[in-house]
Amino acid sequence: MPMLQEIDYGTPPVNSAAMVTLMVDGHTVTVPEGTSVMRASMEAGIKIPKLCATDMLESFGSCRLCLVEIEGRGGTPASCTTPVAPGMKVHTVSDKLRKLRRGVMELYISDHPLDCLTCSANGNCELQDAAGEVGLRDVRYGYEGENHRTAAVDGSNPYFNFDPSKCIVCSRCVRACEEVQGTFALTIQGRGFESKVSPGMNEPFLTSECVSCGACVQACPTATLMDKSVVEYGQPEHSVVTTCAYCGVGCNFKAEMRGDQVIRMVPWKDGRANHGHSCVKGRFAWGYANHPDRILSPMVREKITDPWRKVSWDEAIARVASEFKRIQAKAGKDAIGVITSSRCTAEEAYLVQKLTRTAFGNNNTDTCARVCHSPTGYGLGQTFGTSAGTQDFDSIEDTDVMIVIGANPTDGHPVFASRMKKRLRQGAKLIVIDPRRIDLVRTPHVEASYHLALSPGTNVAVLTALAHVIVTEGLVDQAFIDERCDTDAYADWAAFVADGRHSPEATEAATHVPAHLVRGAARLFATGGNGAIYYGLGVTEHSQGSTAVMAIANLAMATGNIGRRGVGVNPLRGQNNVQGSCDMGSFPHELPGYRHVGDPAARAVYEAEWGVKLEPEPGLRIPNMLDAAVQGKFLGIYIQGEDIAHSDPDTKHVTAGLRAMECVVVHDLFLNETANFAHVFLPGATFLEKDGTFINAERRINRVRKVMAPRAGLGDWEATQAISNAMGYKMDYASPAEIMAEIARTTPTFAGVSYEKIDQGAMQWPCNDSAPDGTPIMHIDHFVRGKGNFVITEYVPTDEKVGPRFPLLLTTGRILSQYNVGAQTRRTGNVAWHPEDLLEIHPHDASERGVRDGDWVTLRSRAGETTLRALLTERVAPGVVYTTFHHAVTQANVVTTDYSDWATNCPEYKVTAVQISPSNGQSEWQLSYHAHAVESRRIEAVAADE
Amino acid sequence: MSHDKLAYMANQIGRFFQSQKAGTAIASIEDHLRKYWDPHMRQTIAAQLAEGKIELDPPVRAAVERLRNEKPV
Repeated sequence: MPMLQEIDYGTPPVNSAAMVTLMVDGHTVTVPEGTSVMRASMEAGIKIPKLCATDMLESFGSCRLCLVEIEGRGGTPASCTTPVAPGMKVHTVSDKLRKLRRGVMELYISDHPLDCLTCSANGNCELQDAAGEVGLRDVRYGYEGENHRTAAVDGSNPYFNFDPSKCIVCSRCVRACEEVQGTFALTIQGRGFESKVSPGMNEPFLTSECVSCGACVQACPTATLMDKSVVEYGQPEHSVVTTCAYCGVGCNFKAEMRGDQVIRMVPWKDGRANHGHSCVKGRFAWGYANHPDRILSPMVREKITDPWRKVSWDEAIARVASEFKRIQAKAGKDAIGVITSSRCTAEEAYLVQKLTRTAFGNNNTDTCARVCHSPTGYGLGQTFGTSAGTQDFDSIEDTDVMIVIGANPTDGHPVFASRMKKRLRQGAKLIVIDPRRIDLVRTPHVEASYHLALSPGTNVAVLTALAHVIVTEGLVDQAFIDERCDTDAYADWAAFVADGRHSPEATEAATHVPAHLVRGAARLFATGGNGAIYYGLGVTEHSQGSTAVMAIANLAMATGNIGRRGVGVNPLRGQNNVQGSCDMGSFPHELPGYRHVGDPAARAVYEAEWGVKLEPEPGLRIPNMLDAAVQGKFLGIYIQGEDIAHSDPDTKHVTAGLRAMECVVVHDLFLNETANFAHVFLPGATFLEKDGTFINAERRINRVRKVMAPRAGLGDWEATQAISNAMGYKMDYASPAEIMAEIARTTPTFAGVSYEKIDQGAMQWPCNDSAPDGTPIMHIDHFVRGKGNFVITEYVPTDEKVGPRFPLLLTTGRILSQYNVGAQTRRTGNVAWHPEDLLEIHPHDASERGVRDGDWVTLRSRAGETTLRALLTERVAPGVVYTTFHHAVTQANVVTTDYSDWATNCPEYKVTAVQISPSNGQSEWQLSYHAHAVESRRIEAVAADE
Repeated sequence: MSHDKLAYMANQIGRFFQSQKAGTAIASIEDHLRKYWDPHMRQTIAAQLAEGKIELDPPVRAAVERLRNEKPV
């Protein structure tokens, strides 16, 4: 495998229908109008020397190395800033140009260390390349003058060094931070000789506003900003394109390798979701794959109080099969089930649900989407006819007004957030609906037109109030409704929302959002041009999560914002393969492709393919499994890549369910919290060790390519297959490609999918005869269900209410540097930014309780209590507190309750009534849990002669 | 699943469908329970209702009564 060398065209592509033909060094080239001479030249195969230009950034024209001569024009213009013109004749080589370029290069090199042989960029340095290209042979000025070669290295960032002695002040890093990432953390400080790159106010990178996305490192043409891994291990020698395993954006990366060692992950320019951008997690936080905590051997034990015993794969698989068969013989076939993972590939999720429906003979399969986006499945299914976002990410380039509700993209989906910020800087308007003042509300060069800081739990009231304004002020898109929607359902809905009790004025008492802001936001969304709605778990994780999703769909239909670029309803999926795990039939009521198990035609497809009779009734969902376990009716579970003891709400209930089971099988990378209650541990594979696909939030089927062999010996799909075979249902796939072939054979929306096809460009489902190249935008001419369905969305307040004992509302979420339960990110340098979960509390609420910034506090709800440190901030409104759930020691979900969405049982993580009080130690639960965890993680020592 | 929990969940479902088009609530609640609830859960709530152990809102009660005639799993 070679290193994948991407061509740098110097300036970004231009999107223009008008084409211009010119000549470069005698070669004719035709490019879109507005293209730079530099890019046109590269298109013609002629590389002009450059330093400050790169095609991820707008041209800047500072290095003066890319000078050219143009017939009929005076001087030597910079090719990066000169647009092409019809008939233009460009010369990139002449004696004059050679002298000018050498002169420029001499000046650069006169103030640059001549340590190329020991420099970390050796072999991959644009300055070195440019010096070679211009034929630099000596430096007339010498090297003894005033210079920057003694400037100190800033190694504060865990992942990259900043060595200003090697900086040529090309500003590529500064511009990358501005144009690509949109953080504006870097600047050029000083003037003339004093000019230097400065994070923030000349601060270390780590403590500056830098979010460590890596855009500056990628943009740097020298070793000034360099991955520490390259400094340590040297330049990579081959690369493999794969897909990030963190959030639902689905960024493509080049895994740059030396042998089977990852040197660095570099965002792939041709990645259709990320277009060459990355965040701190995908770019840098992959070191967990080699963390010493990785468990690389299967392990078993009789009781959860026993130490683990390392065994062979054969013994572990045999134990799983015999235990599951014993339980089924004793308590019935429905006494066992599985949880598929949104962390694993679509092929692996498909296989686990197939295991359940064939080898187990039941439908007790659920997935972690239960606790995040299951309301999306229900809500969009009811209104549009299928469970998926309507757009591709590129659609945002045509958006004029965006609503961001219940999502924090700069932390949860940072690469897409950068796209959002770019569009907002271009003039699009923003409406944020969130209890917290998330970063998007006001960030450099971006300010929301409206921030509706609603009280947690009142999404439906606010969304219905927005609809009230749109309907009663005549702002609906009647033509769209008449043509595309069920007009009877619309009439019922319009009459419902028009009722005065849904007006912003009437709902203000519940929502705490001033009525004039709701009216203003509604008018802006309905009249501001292309309107797109992006939402996250702040919408779904409520007792009315499904209702809120339907209210969002109603708004989009009422304003005609469906079925073209720039509009749509877009769930921001939390995990890398939430979409895929749902697509693959992980839910207990659905076969792959969202077909209900009660549908005889759908069952017939799989009965023919799998050769077994399938159950026509839905199985148990995760909360139902745990309830049944506590009752002694559900006794065995296979959990792949999910940590329910940490991530699921009401930890005491979850752990009681797990303790009650007779065989808990955990298939994971680490001894996570759930493994503390397990009897069999199967070592899992990281995304670097997998072949398959992840399906992102825009329905894009991205290839995951193995860059190293599974460290524990078996891929996750192979372990699942082995369990199935041991239980008596034959599976004999030779590779994940064969699993995908079966998916394509049996799932209409995937009928045209194959690895060969994805290799030509990752497409979005549906991909079949009707859409052979996939479907970037859904519902263009008609909804999947036919006519769009308006659904009445009556606001029902949650039963989780504040009162004298629990006067504050807790809402939870995640932070940029950490990821969900933190199993991966806590085992990387990302702990530098977020070493512990903190409780955000408004200074007023803190003052009333005698709490100061940094104090330990007890966070107590009706379900339980925990302790953590307080962070005083006005990001939360008075009456609202917020925390993350990344650290097991915090046990934040001890506090959350078992209230859940009415339709799907998705937990109500976002609303918990709590009280805060100063504390001087861990809660009783934390102490006892920690003791159990330590005992549970013991592994029997293996004798030296074994 | 405790008696209260199943009844609570069913009443939540009922509250949604009671707000929809008049005259559709009972059938919609029944349909939802059949589509999304495991048959053991359906039988359990039907039995709990028959034994007078739970309180259900009127349309939910009517929907659950329709589940009574299901064959045991």
